[in-house]
Amino acid sequence: MSITKMISIWFFVGGLLTVYGVLILIAGLSKATAAGGREVVMQGLHLQIWWGIILLVMGLGYLARFRPGRGR
Amino acid sequence: MLQTSLGVLLASDNRLMSLNAIDLIIIVLYFVLVLGLGVYLRKFASTGNDFFMAGREMTAWIAGLSFISANLGSLEMMGYAAATYQYGILVAHAYWIAAIPAILFLALVMLPFYYICKTHSVPGYLHLRYGEGARSLSAISFAIMTILMSGINMYSMAVIMKVILGWDIHFSIWVSSLTVAIYVMAGGLLSAIFNEVLQFMLIWLGCLVIPIAGLVETGGWNGLVHRIAQNFPGQDFTHMWRTLGSFTDNPMGVHWSGVVFGWGLAISFGYWTTDFLVVQRVMAAKDLRSAQMGTIIGGFFKMMVPLIVILPGLLALAVLPFKLVPETMANLPGVHTYNEALPLMLARYCGPGLLGLGVTALIAGFMSGMAGNVSAFATVWTYDIYRPLIRKQASDQHYLSMGRWCSLLGVIVSIGTAYLVMNFSSIIVYAQVIFVFFIVPMFGTVILGMMWKRTTPAAGFWGLLAGILVSFSLWAWIKVDPDSLRYVAFSPHAKDMAENIYRALWSLIANVGVTLVVSLFTKPKSDEQLKGLVYGLTSIPSELEIPFFKRPITWAAAVAVGFVLLNLIFW
Repeated sequence: MSITKMISIWFFVGGLLTVYGVLILIAGLSKATAAGGREVVMQGLHLQIWWGIILLVMGLGYLARFRPGRGR
Repeated sequence: MLQTSLGVLLASDNRLMSLNAIDLIIIVLYFVLVLGLGVYLRKFASTGNDFFMAGREMTAWIAGLSFISANLGSLEMMGYAAATYQYGILVAHAYWIAAIPAILFLALVMLPFYYICKTHSVPGYLHLRYGEGARSLSAISFAIMTILMSGINMYSMAVIMKVILGWDIHFSIWVSSLTVAIYVMAGGLLSAIFNEVLQFMLIWLGCLVIPIAGLVETGGWNGLVHRIAQNFPGQDFTHMWRTLGSFTDNPMGVHWSGVVFGWGLAISFGYWTTDFLVVQRVMAAKDLRSAQMGTIIGGFFKMMVPLIVILPGLLALAVLPFKLVPETMANLPGVHTYNEALPLMLARYCGPGLLGLGVTALIAGFMSGMAGNVSAFATVWTYDIYRPLIRKQASDQHYLSMGRWCSLLGVIVSIGTAYLVMNFSSIIVYAQVIFVFFIVPMFGTVILGMMWKRTTPAAGFWGLLAGILVSFSLWAWIKVDPDSLRYVAFSPHAKDMAENIYRALWSLIANVGVTLVVSLFTKPKSDEQLKGLVYGLTSIPSELEIPFFKRPITWAAAVAVGFVLLNLIFW
């Protein structure tokens, strides 16, 4: 089968980033709203929440832009 | 539940931390995706050209990210962070002077020759230019090197899994090896390139947390410099050139001449322009301009990598409340080694979820490094050793099948070599030892062949052999008589990395010297035989009809300006 017909790698990247974004966002929100668990340095920056949102937005962007049938 | 089960199954007591369920899901999802990609891509790798060259259909961005990711394996992530803890920001030379000029030279000067002659590999170019002798020597040495380097990646990954999670070292090696074997056997270079692009995204997104949180903690760059100066009084870890006037003024024990000519010329040009592992990625681009632009895109990101590798090493110097020790002291109770610098910083700043992402990024880097070596090994073995030396006439399907099986063989042999790494104090030094043996001499042979039509087939072979032998002999001399370091590296204070730099320079000098002398006494090929292979006899497509902002030379100039500015800023 011709390589030109395969799904773009960026579509797979988008799928993975979307799922990762959701998971990290959930972890961040859980940490922010519930006490306990392992503390890390600079916890006050809430990096998990920000990072989760960034991954989610990037992932959805890639999914939309490179979905099969829309061109490479 | 998942965490508990895996924890009971895999963990020992000696670990930096435990992953929670979300972290483990993130890691498992990555493995599922790469295996799924391997299965999906198998149907697209139905010919030798698909399997070994990814069909030569890659866009500039994919070829470029793959090009740089092939170099962003365990060496980058753990080795250079460890080296930064030892030597400071001097290690960033590996990303700037020891990378950018060579990458731009590859893009603008050498790629047209590789691309126009339609060779499948760098040894393949040597065959066209010099004949069977030089090709066989380079192919065999390259095959040995890729297998050894693949072992480094396995070892690195096993170490990080052991340090962070307490996972059994053998478990890590076998799980990663089997995964790589499956997806490279299925899709060949296509699989390797897909996973390298995936790895590129994961590494940046997984590791960028460290410099962001670290710089906030230290109060920015000035705060970082101040803390390092407090922790290590009298030592300069934060200047790149200022301390290179004398061998004794910097932690590496190197002089600027070694950095410029040994690292910036011999090692750098050898690696970036003739190491088939990286060059193969851009040779898979769909046309010459895509190959050139891909290389320049790779160069830009290479210039940015210190942000996620060197900066964490410097942050470790600034914020860790204890001192890291060499690998030789790893058995002492309660100590952490240089190679743990990056994992320690990851553990410091990354909470649940982010830690899983960071660990996945490192796993991806290691597995991608393995896959890159294995796919390059499969190509060189099949096209440059098996086909010319063992079975000359066979069908494309036969060579495709050979490529798949020797991918598996490459993984199995790599497992054995993983244990060799444990005898060296720093992973990066081990890598450079191998590079200097095999890759550095190749640059002299290739560049003289491309630029000087008088270079003869005999000179190509003997020059390459001389470079390899000189490099190996100097290494053995220092092992037998450590005092000889003062002659090889011009200073008894030279550290391992400095020794490699000067050994590379000697190797290149021997290679070029022998090639020139032998060329003068042996018969060159005719101009007709050298068309498409040598400067002056090759018609290189003009860029004049391409808009200014789309020309490779324009973007190469932009990267070059960035390179100069960075060196001035951190002078």
